[in-house]
Amino acid sequence: MFSFILRRLWLLVPSILGITLLTFGLIRMIPGDPVEVMVGERTLDPALHAAALHRLGLDKPLYLQYLDYAGSLLHGNLGQSLVTRVNVWDEFTTLFPATLELAISAMLFAVVVGLLAGVVAAIKRGSLFDHGVMGLSLTGFSMPIFWLGLLLIMLFSVRLGWTPVSGRIDLAFDIPVRTGLMTVDAWLAEHNDPANFAGAFKDALAHLILPSIALGTIPMAVIARMTRSSMLEVLREDYVRTARAKGLSPARVIFIHTLRNALIPVLTVVGLQVGTLMGGAVLTETIFSWPGIGKWLIDAIQRRDYPVVQNGILMVALLVILVNFIVDILYGIANPRIRHAK
Amino acid sequence: MRDAKKVLLAASLLAAASYASASGTLIYCSEGSPAGFDPGQYTAGTDFDASAETVFNRLVQFQRGATKVVPGLATKWDVSSDGLSYTFHLRSGVKFHSNDSFKPTRDFNADDVVFTFDRMLNKDNAFRKAYPTDFPYFSDMGMPDNIVKVEKVDPMTVRFQLKTVDASFLADLAMSFASIQSAEYADKLLKDGHPEWINSQPIGTGPFVFKRYQKDAQIRFVANKQYWDKAEGPKVDNLIFAITTDPSVRFQKLKAGECQVAAYPRPADVALMKADPKLHVLTQSGFNVGYLGYNVLHKPLNNLQVRQALDMSINKPAILTAVYQGQGQPAVNPMPPTQWSYNKSVKDAKFDPTKAKALLTKAGFPNGFDITLWAMPVQRPYNPNAKLMAEMIQSDWAKIGVRAKIVTYEWGEYLKRAKGGEHDAILVGWTGDNGDPDNWLNVLLGCEAVNGNNYTKWCYKPFNDLVIKGKSTANVAERTKLYTQAQVIAKQQLPLTTIAHSTVNEPTAKNVVGFKVSPFGLNSFYGVSVK
Repeated sequence: MFSFILRRLWLLVPSILGITLLTFGLIRMIPGDPVEVMVGERTLDPALHAAALHRLGLDKPLYLQYLDYAGSLLHGNLGQSLVTRVNVWDEFTTLFPATLELAISAMLFAVVVGLLAGVVAAIKRGSLFDHGVMGLSLTGFSMPIFWLGLLLIMLFSVRLGWTPVSGRIDLAFDIPVRTGLMTVDAWLAEHNDPANFAGAFKDALAHLILPSIALGTIPMAVIARMTRSSMLEVLREDYVRTARAKGLSPARVIFIHTLRNALIPVLTVVGLQVGTLMGGAVLTETIFSWPGIGKWLIDAIQRRDYPVVQNGILMVALLVILVNFIVDILYGIANPRIRHAK
Repeated sequence: MRDAKKVLLAASLLAAASYASASGTLIYCSEGSPAGFDPGQYTAGTDFDASAETVFNRLVQFQRGATKVVPGLATKWDVSSDGLSYTFHLRSGVKFHSNDSFKPTRDFNADDVVFTFDRMLNKDNAFRKAYPTDFPYFSDMGMPDNIVKVEKVDPMTVRFQLKTVDASFLADLAMSFASIQSAEYADKLLKDGHPEWINSQPIGTGPFVFKRYQKDAQIRFVANKQYWDKAEGPKVDNLIFAITTDPSVRFQKLKAGECQVAAYPRPADVALMKADPKLHVLTQSGFNVGYLGYNVLHKPLNNLQVRQALDMSINKPAILTAVYQGQGQPAVNPMPPTQWSYNKSVKDAKFDPTKAKALLTKAGFPNGFDITLWAMPVQRPYNPNAKLMAEMIQSDWAKIGVRAKIVTYEWGEYLKRAKGGEHDAILVGWTGDNGDPDNWLNVLLGCEAVNGNNYTKWCYKPFNDLVIKGKSTANVAERTKLYTQAQVIAKQQLPLTTIAHSTVNEPTAKNVVGFKVSPFGLNSFYGVSVK
């Protein structure tokens, strides 16, 4: 296992190099520089433009700019936003908890609903429920997030008034930032000062519902379909028939003998869906005014904020790699045969 | 940075302790996160709303909801007879805000004005050296070239010495970028080694005190209880900007009562908003102009008859219906009717494709010609859908035999190439900065702007002489006469076809009292209350 982890860590080096080269190159291929974008329709004195580019270090040849960037990365320095002048690491750590909270909540929704729907659809194969779940998951998979998000808001927030429209908490609560996770911070605030923050935790949870459904629908659909097909395959295995013949309870057969073995491909999908979640977070965060890294990156691309784009994407990419790495290790736990093979 | 975090945490704890009831709170659904809170560094309304309009004041200010310049931190001013010297008499007893790291020991005085302008003018200013930044708006208004010096005459008097007479100077000083900073706070930041906090923890004299900013989520302000202007001061205890980038979501939040004022509605939503009994839509003719510029350096657009033919073949009412969805009015002059010196007697040529075709034939183009028509890739207040507008113009021109090829680039590239004069005809526009006619006629059509905002590249001496004379004349009646004549020449020579002034709509909840739509597209919340 140790050598496996080392090997995987070693593979990170070319991945990081590739990501930095790609983001560095791609953002510079978009025409316009940060100074031009800020000035817009106004007149930009060429001398002032040149002075501003010099101040930002953008007048150097591209390879030197890349070497500067790589050098500061090696020193653990992610640089400063060209627009807000705040350290990229500080901005990332301020915004990331919001994305993390949303991603965890969306993933929980996707896994719980997706697994249950997949299992039941497999057991009741060919039934109305099976067709309904598979039809719905196909619809969920095909729906654009921004459209689904707006529909959810119009139905549940405006028409029925069940959930808030957007944001992370009612702005009447000025929750002190402790962890950056609003549900945790709201719970802490309510716990420490019940007079001023009564109902804050419940309100934070209510704000999570719609964005989690909007973001989690596509992964949920994928997981439901994958669980169903994987379960159907395992249900045909001899050892399942043996388990049944032994007189084990149906629940034990399904959840211990079948589901555990059917989980391997599902886990792979869950790992891969982290990438989808990160991509979807950009849209979900925009619709639900969720202050996370998705919105931050879009804004940075529009403003040509090179250090934010380069390092923000690097952070997200590292996160996706890390989650898939953890999934690889989880394989071994879910299925000892894999562990032994390694 | 760790210190900064501690301060932010302390500030947020303090803010939490002062949690107030919703009755004294106004929530504004704003359109985006500000880049920072130092108004001198930025050019966008999003940045100014969050700093200049809340935290800061200027020597002179625009009357709320109007373009008139009124006293701000200066109670009065004298202009020398040669028009080159402006002496400002400052308001006494004005208090700067305080926060956890700064408590002012003195009231506002001349040192603050001198510091504010010296930082923008002088590259060797100690603060600017410690925290290097650019001042694009200040430069764009030509101030570094024209201000010779800013001097303290006595603690409550400041004098600006100019190189050339500039009739719009006072209006320029009322603009957001000229917000007055505290010299004492700047000294402290410099001493503490945190000059960058000027952009994240602003200290001003304005109606609202900055409390806390959470990127992409919210900005919190509280009322400045010591504000100097009791009549136009803060009328709510808490002002919160709920940052909501999507216009449809802003509308839904307004409907659900999660905010009381929403920025920039989609034109398509305005009718629904007007029909909603809980909402009120404030409407004002926009202080902007969307136009089609002809590059007069390119053939055949150098020919006046060709420009006339192209102009009269465009169906403006159809564009107003389809592109502006009724939220606009036809533009006749390159400035809106609300701008003083607007010439009402100037009229558009009648829409007449037959006459246009005859004119083209007369100009030597019986079979038309090929032309590029540039369409902006972005939505702007003066043009909500340039692509559709370009398609409609293309179709109008096809009827007289002119074959237009629609060209578009990414926005930064578009402007760069257009400034370089690569286009034939171009869709672009302008939003007024300071309520001065020079800001339209000279900026858009003057000879000195040919390499800048004058996308028509039209440099016509009779016109230019009038606008230059207008800029160097202090007398308003005289200036009005000059600009009125200039508009006649612009219509005769047609370097551009003015299309529309978009209507600015600002939806609010019915219980919001006293909100006024700014002609400059800014959002101010002093003097605004919630019933």
